[in-house]
Amino acid sequence: MTILEKVTALLGEGAVLEAGTDRVPRVAPGSPDAIALLLGTAHQEGWRVRIEGAGTWLQSDAPADLALTTRRLDRIPAIEPSDLTATAEAGIGLDQLRQQLADRGAWLAIDPPGLAGRTLGSVVSTATAGPLRHGFGPIKDHLLGVTFVTGDGRMVQSGGRVMKNVAGYDLTRLQAGGFGAFGVIVLVHLRLRTLPRADVTYVLEGAREDLTQVGEDIAAAGLTPAALELVSPALARRERWVLAVRLAGSPALVAADEAGLGAASGGGRFAPLRAEEAHAFWMRLAEGFAVRPVTFRIGGVPTASDELLDLLQHQLGDEWISASPAAGAIRWTGDASVDRLQRLRRTLAGLEVPLTLERAPWALRGAVGHFGAYREGVGPLVAGLRRTFDPGGALVVATEGT
Amino acid sequence: MTSALGRDLASIVGERHVRSARAERVTYAMDGLPTHRRLPDLVVLPGTREELIAVVRLLAALDVPFVPRGAGTGLSGGALADVGSVLLVLTRLNRILRIDRDNRLAVVEPGVVNAKLGAAAKPHGLQYAPDPSSQSACTIGGNVAENAGGPHCLKYGVTANHILALEVLLADGSLVEIGSPAGESWGPDLVGVFVGSEGNFGIATRVTVRLTPIPRAVRTLLADFSAIRTAGEAVSAIIAAGIVPAALEMMDQSCIRAVEDSVYAAGYPRDAAAVLLVEIDGRNADAVLAETEVVTELLGKSGARSVRSAASEAERERLWQGRKKAFGAMGRLSRDLVVQDAVVPRSALPQVLETIATIAQRYGLVVSNVFHAGDGNLHPNISFDATDPALKQRVEAASAEIMETCIAAGGTITGEHGVGIDKLRYMPLIFDAESLGAMHAVRKVFDPEERVNPGKVVPLHACREWASANAGASPRGQPRAVA
Repeated sequence: MTILEKVTALLGEGAVLEAGTDRVPRVAPGSPDAIALLLGTAHQEGWRVRIEGAGTWLQSDAPADLALTTRRLDRIPAIEPSDLTATAEAGIGLDQLRQQLADRGAWLAIDPPGLAGRTLGSVVSTATAGPLRHGFGPIKDHLLGVTFVTGDGRMVQSGGRVMKNVAGYDLTRLQAGGFGAFGVIVLVHLRLRTLPRADVTYVLEGAREDLTQVGEDIAAAGLTPAALELVSPALARRERWVLAVRLAGSPALVAADEAGLGAASGGGRFAPLRAEEAHAFWMRLAEGFAVRPVTFRIGGVPTASDELLDLLQHQLGDEWISASPAAGAIRWTGDASVDRLQRLRRTLAGLEVPLTLERAPWALRGAVGHFGAYREGVGPLVAGLRRTFDPGGALVVATEGT
Repeated sequence: MTSALGRDLASIVGERHVRSARAERVTYAMDGLPTHRRLPDLVVLPGTREELIAVVRLLAALDVPFVPRGAGTGLSGGALADVGSVLLVLTRLNRILRIDRDNRLAVVEPGVVNAKLGAAAKPHGLQYAPDPSSQSACTIGGNVAENAGGPHCLKYGVTANHILALEVLLADGSLVEIGSPAGESWGPDLVGVFVGSEGNFGIATRVTVRLTPIPRAVRTLLADFSAIRTAGEAVSAIIAAGIVPAALEMMDQSCIRAVEDSVYAAGYPRDAAAVLLVEIDGRNADAVLAETEVVTELLGKSGARSVRSAASEAERERLWQGRKKAFGAMGRLSRDLVVQDAVVPRSALPQVLETIATIAQRYGLVVSNVFHAGDGNLHPNISFDATDPALKQRVEAASAEIMETCIAAGGTITGEHGVGIDKLRYMPLIFDAESLGAMHAVRKVFDPEERVNPGKVVPLHACREWASANAGASPRGQPRAVA
């Protein structure tokens, strides 16, 4: 029997999708149990499996015997507006999830890069936070628990669905940003907020150095923006660099911050965006990172932001870049070779700044790795965790590179 | 345990920092929970990071298990050492190594007291937000091990949200650095995995914490209610309005009276069935005032008999002292106190509190509730006399029923105190054998021989077997029976 025939016998014809251009059989199990069954079989058979969501973020090109997509895991078993929690399957598109939450007056305060239909599982497993990280923290801060299936088909629960939980080790945080190396996330318990009663965006155009100063002034003035993002002209589709400030929360809080914004703008004038303009601005920014072949993020302390932006400009160019300096996060997208990325990563390592490769063609990410080389002593721990959660090496993930 | 080991340890840390006499060791036989008692064979107090490393390497060479301990304020028996184990007390590693105002971070040793870090950050206009009730004594290393919370974690997050990087000493004596000063990890988020691992993965020898700006405006409200249920409903109303108070704490009548009868009397109305302590803070006074007005109105609509706003910083501190010292005040009620810890969905609070009252009545016990209502994090406290075996048994049985009630409501068995040994028995109620097996396997990646804090967190008898990547010797501290 071929792999496809075995998978069909295992999960039924309905689970088998049309193969992609690389002709790797693609299967979409309809339940967490079906994923466990499939990965258990893959482990026994020695198949190598690549994990996909909606196929809109990470390139679907890893060499594998089978592509497993979570797209049929698209249910939302629970939304609890009074508790501000929700439980959603990993294959749900963020656009659908957002809409259903909004209908109940709830909000998941994340705005990851990528297209609107990007799956929740993709966002969690790659820990790709967007500009809202400034006000609401990284992806992991929005997670109450996850259920995942290991590379040998075991189903594991971590965390729970309440606001605080220290029962057992925190395997949720291992999965958030693990790039699927430790299993396939199938179910996510989320921490929500109420839909902000006020939500406005202001933009200021100018030279990068001037806007950086304005950003620092805003922080010093005690304003509490939901997002404070420095965006390159190409990405913002503007003539000059843009400092975008999003204020979201209670009307009183937003009104107070709006009043303070003018004073902190260094003589420049912030322009308010109409609601539809703001929506389009942030969506364009998110989508911009899913278009070019390579996207990565780096994390440096706020006072290093300028130096890091200069470094990126010097080594790779700064046409497509977005930074949240106060949150210590910079995201770059464009085209880059293996050599240049490896050189950049070495330079950054010398500055104590990690580079996480978020998306790239397999030829590149297989060589460079999402994480690259680990610090001394960390490699054996990560390798041990990988062997624990994927003892047969069924899951194809380029963690370290070659 | 041999006296030779004591001599070897003394050669590293100095004789006076090795405690071997029974009278000295008894000091360390308990933590903040009076229901568990273990007498360590030896107690060692290293004074520097280098001494600590040398001690752990010696213990590794001799295959001796050890238990790291901070100030011993934990409430799960997590820092108790069994016979055959060495207790490593880290309170002498208490230096604040660096405060970086511009990048809002600090680097500290594990024995730094939580409140002292706060005091050191204050002149920089910064604070260390997690504020467990024991913050005047508990240490940052202990906070990391337990993923400690506190009243102000509703808005600012728990310890895990404030740890950027760690230097970790593993059981074999090797050092690893995880995390980075900006919070982005080098590879998988091992900091996130380490925080809350209750000492099972090693010892945090250096901790880089996130500091946050001190709010410029603070308003503190005290609302009193004639029924616990309405107080619980007020909590939901505030959260549903989209306002995230800095803290939203509840105390029931038993707790109120204990506080008011103590030196920590805060002026809580003695006849109230419950009070809510609500704090709104922010960096803009106008916004804080506006949100306070909304909250005041919601409290009134929800049935508060009165809402009082602290008129001065002194009054605010008095209101908070009553809350933070409530556990101490309850010491007046009886010889011993079990501080329980569980979390339920916020909307389940009224129902769960009523059920707890019923359980208390049925077992003839005094249960006082003081807790983080905004998070749904309950602390039912049972006053009793541990010298009465029958009473102790009733306390155990009532505690188990309270936990089962919280789990049935969709909650969990601990929100901030940890599992330790006290809650091992409840772990199979919330995790299946596979998930417990996964946790055990992860522990063995960090500590293959299970020498750090053996016998805690994961009940081995309930684990399904996992072929651990770093399988070592037989597990210590608990009987092994593979499910």
